[in-house]
Amino acid sequence: MNFETTIGLEVHVELKTKSKMFSPSANEFGDTPNLNTNVIDWGYPGVLPSVNKGAVEFGMRAALALNATIAKENHFDRKNYFYPDNPKAYQITQFEQPIGHDGWVEVEGADGSMKKIGIEELHLEEDAGKNTHRGQYSYVDLNRQGTPLIEIVSKPDMASPEEAYQYLETLRQVIQFSGVSDVKMEEGSLRVDANISIRPAGKKEFGVKSELKNINSFNFLRKGLAYEEKRQAQILLSGGVVRPETRGYDENTGKTVLQRVKEGSDDYRYFPEPDIPPLHISDDWIEKVRQSIPEMPAKRRQRYVNELGLSKADAAVLTQSLEMANFFEATVKAGADPKLAANWLQGEVNAYLNAQKMDLTATKLTPEHLATMIKLITDETISSKIAKKVFKETISNGTEPKQWVEAKGLVQLSDPAKLLPIITEILDNNEKSITDFKNGKDRAVGYLVGQIMKQTRGQANPKVANKLLMQELKQR
Amino acid sequence: MNFFDNDLTTIHHQLVTKELTSYDLTQQTLAALKETDQQIGAFLTLNEEQALAAAKAVDEEGIDPDNLLAGIPIAIKDNIMTKGLRTTAASKILANFTPVYDATVMKKIYANDMIVIGKTNMDEFAMGGSTENSAFKITKNPWDTTKVPGGSSGGSAAAVAAGMVPFALGSDTGGSIRQPASFTGVVGMKPTYGRISRWGLIAFGSSLDQIGPFARNIKDNAALLNILVGKDEHDGTSVDGYPADFTANLTAGVKGMRIGLPKEYLGAGVQKEVKQAILAAADKYRELGATVDEVSLPHSKYGVAAYYIISSSEASSNLQRFDGIRYGVRSKDARNLNDVYVRSRTEGFGPEVKRRIMLGMYSLSAGYYDAYFKKATQVRTLMQQDFTNIFKDHDLILGPVAPTTAYGIGEDSDDPLTMYAGDVLSVPVNMAGLPGLSLPAGFASGLPIGMQLIGKPFAEATLYQAGYAFEQATDFHQQTPTLGGK
Repeated sequence: MNFETTIGLEVHVELKTKSKMFSPSANEFGDTPNLNTNVIDWGYPGVLPSVNKGAVEFGMRAALALNATIAKENHFDRKNYFYPDNPKAYQITQFEQPIGHDGWVEVEGADGSMKKIGIEELHLEEDAGKNTHRGQYSYVDLNRQGTPLIEIVSKPDMASPEEAYQYLETLRQVIQFSGVSDVKMEEGSLRVDANISIRPAGKKEFGVKSELKNINSFNFLRKGLAYEEKRQAQILLSGGVVRPETRGYDENTGKTVLQRVKEGSDDYRYFPEPDIPPLHISDDWIEKVRQSIPEMPAKRRQRYVNELGLSKADAAVLTQSLEMANFFEATVKAGADPKLAANWLQGEVNAYLNAQKMDLTATKLTPEHLATMIKLITDETISSKIAKKVFKETISNGTEPKQWVEAKGLVQLSDPAKLLPIITEILDNNEKSITDFKNGKDRAVGYLVGQIMKQTRGQANPKVANKLLMQELKQR
Repeated sequence: MNFFDNDLTTIHHQLVTKELTSYDLTQQTLAALKETDQQIGAFLTLNEEQALAAAKAVDEEGIDPDNLLAGIPIAIKDNIMTKGLRTTAASKILANFTPVYDATVMKKIYANDMIVIGKTNMDEFAMGGSTENSAFKITKNPWDTTKVPGGSSGGSAAAVAAGMVPFALGSDTGGSIRQPASFTGVVGMKPTYGRISRWGLIAFGSSLDQIGPFARNIKDNAALLNILVGKDEHDGTSVDGYPADFTANLTAGVKGMRIGLPKEYLGAGVQKEVKQAILAAADKYRELGATVDEVSLPHSKYGVAAYYIISSSEASSNLQRFDGIRYGVRSKDARNLNDVYVRSRTEGFGPEVKRRIMLGMYSLSAGYYDAYFKKATQVRTLMQQDFTNIFKDHDLILGPVAPTTAYGIGEDSDDPLTMYAGDVLSVPVNMAGLPGLSLPAGFASGLPIGMQLIGKPFAEATLYQAGYAFEQATDFHQQTPTLGGK
């Protein structure tokens, strides 16, 4: 029997506003527990929430970047439940009227065709604090309490784990490029839950879904969903019934594991939040926010290919992160050849970042540095080999490349008048290599070039040196 | 010192001319209060040391001759956050709670150099109409100590009525300022929703709650309201309204005013003497040049039911934060998280609070939401329309505050439905967010009768103007209870 897979994702994204959703406390990740809290975050008696307009605007920006329609009349609702990381015992969210609805993103399939994945809704809410358990004690850190969140609920439009992966990656890029979140899964600023069900091909009704929660990476999502596809298929093929379950993904075994069987739905006793007046969003405001949205990754890729002559593959790598894309554009703007800039960023720069486990912005490399260095290569002031040395110095210590090259005397030797005596001398001392060359052994040329490089401490312009060497060899 | 014999203007003059210091005034107030309160039980916590220190500081700074309130004592209902001063909402669950911040109204009180004397008793979390639901003590009506002072702001009303303080703050969710004012013969104002910041008021029914002033007469009440109002960045539901000096038009009279008398407010269940007092007040207004005619609030009969659903629903959510985790009382027997919640709340909340939490949670739960909470909000809209219709051709509405005068302590406290029915005339004002003023309108068997003036949104000045005209034409507000054998 053939099965069709249906996947929908719920993605929570923390917005990187300066202050929290309903309180003036700082919205900072990683501080000392309970440092960024005040009486509102603690749910003290008598406190009231005040809406952070900046967070609303970030929510609008994300919604617009995801091609969603903005709701003009908004209100908040209370979702009631008791838990120590939820001091008021209710979360302020948007239950009845999400700020954005009916959006979409486009993902590229394996065959290169594009597919639209629908976004059901996008709503604003506040994050909870964090509980940790050590020994017989539990600790509550309310730094995260009240952090602005958007929850993005997709339509059940994804037909494979790979499509879900592509959707999540595209979503991550769009959100990051819109500038409203760091979308770092490892810091919890992006969290994903997945619903997956299968049904016999052609059948109308959806199958019973299971929910995959607490997934730690995009890759684990893809693997977990693939496992679920198989698990559900096996159950159905053996005549069983899929139960509605919440499952987790075990990265060690590559399997999903049961966390909770869902029986009925929880009753959160939602009702309109009486402490916050309805929020009207005007057309002017929507337009203003629309104008403020930076260029999206898909647009940038097009531009890189059409205007800068990059390959599609290069453009895709450079737009994986906003900082890389911005760095690339700044480098080109500073006068670097686009293709070379792309090569350097994907090659040496990425290798360095991976080795050092660093973000590009955390290094001392600036786009101006990289552009200067590339120009030194293209105008043949330095060789590519020397350039690697220069790069290491610049990215580690922030040294200005041109000054360093001059100070260290690394300028390439391109003057035939200077190179010729060196070549002549080497040939005089290597009669055997000349004989080998005459006998058709090309290897000899490589050896001689090596000698030239050794003699010039790598500074000989390889192109010029090669040309001169061949001329000389032919004359002997 | 009691505040029967000395009116505020006189005291203010003495303070300005240094005939009297705020320190001495505070000391005398405290001394007299401690004696009187043995009979009344209006206060839960006295602020003796801080009050004297504050009075001393005000004396040193000098009394602002333009500020009638400078150096004057005030009592605060115990559901308003007072930094450093125990605040319990008359609940065991907050028995040990000392706030770390001040309510916005407290900041305004301090900025105006008023002296906070103490915190007053109330029904637990403001749920009740007799102050009998306090977890700590019974407050008695100064006019007859076998009677309740009303509630939930019964302590504040009694403290003013007994002459212990000239001013007090209360809060009103369904009549909790106006009804005790009526039962104790003082002036209480429930301002328009949004007029006064709720920041620092322990929430009961968030869409209904308003803080408001108690005083012995209209002019003083208006003077206190002046300093309490205004938009607050901490409270998104607070508004600026139009800027008003509520004392400016007091003497303008009621000539030409169109007053509506809702027929539903004088129907069955309203005590004969109360009805007579209101009809007499209507005649008085006619005499003073106003027109009074019968109007109708057809949906007011659903008011109590809808009010108890909405206020209890909001309360069920608002009171969830009292969970024994971060502040307040935690059950000593709690062994795990569930215990902390269940035992702390079981031990910490009184029966009326539990009743309302259950009522509210039920009304909000899946499957019942539409039939209860949603239906109640629809009724609320209809009630608002009733008022809008009347205000098309009326300036204000006149009626009783409560169907009866103060009843006996313990008389109805076991019968919640009878207690709830007493709110029938006061809750519509909260449901519509309107201002309502309660002022003395007569006596029955030695107990005060209050009348209620209801205005358009932000028309507090009109209410004071009409209230003042009535006050000047009558002497009910000048009568004082007999206390301490006096």
